[in-house]
Amino acid sequence: MIPYALGFAFACFGAGLLLNLWRLARGPAMADRILALDTMVVNTIALIVLYGIATGTGINFEAAMLFAMTGFVGTVAFCKFQLRGSVIE
Amino acid sequence: MTDALDLLLAALLVIAGGFGLIGSYGLIRLREGMQRLHAPTKASTVGLGAALLVSMLHGLGTGTGFSWQELLVMIFIFVTAPISANYLSKLHLHLRRAELDLPETGTARDWATFDHQPEPAEPSLPRRDT
Repeated sequence: MIPYALGFAFACFGAGLLLNLWRLARGPAMADRILALDTMVVNTIALIVLYGIATGTGINFEAAMLFAMTGFVGTVAFCKFQLRGSVIE
Repeated sequence: MTDALDLLLAALLVIAGGFGLIGSYGLIRLREGMQRLHAPTKASTVGLGAALLVSMLHGLGTGTGFSWQELLVMIFIFVTAPISANYLSKLHLHLRRAELDLPETGTARDWATFDHQPEPAEPSLPRRDT
């Protein structure tokens, strides 16, 4: 049963990435685009984790952790730059 | 792999996919910028949490054992998602104040995020006289 559920989850997160890409291209305000990027990071981490389940290797954990960290720092840096005009003051 | 664990993992995977898709669909479905913060920051985080839970429990069935490492990613995501949401809402408030139609505070003060923050004084670095 798990392979079918895994396929469903893969399809859902992949479709989610496409929807985020739509918002990233269209988003009227800058915050919408940053939010779309942040959600893309979350969906990509989910895809990496699902790939790790599918292949049965534990090596994807480091990739997920790195992606989580850089995604968070990137979001905060984008917001900070928009708010204050510089990232590190 | 036992049937009960199999069923539990499959259900969790379906829940993860559903919440992830709802979060991303809400991002394009909701009308206004501030509303759009709701879907990805909550639904997508729950979806990712369910996927990580499946990844943790998956080793029990295949014989490699329970893995604690995914817990780190889960804690990190659950801690940082509200912070980035807070930054994004501040961005909305500061950049689009005129069109947002904010409610009154009821006091003489404005909303706290608009308080004037004085620039920190430049640190006086020692100068080298040439």
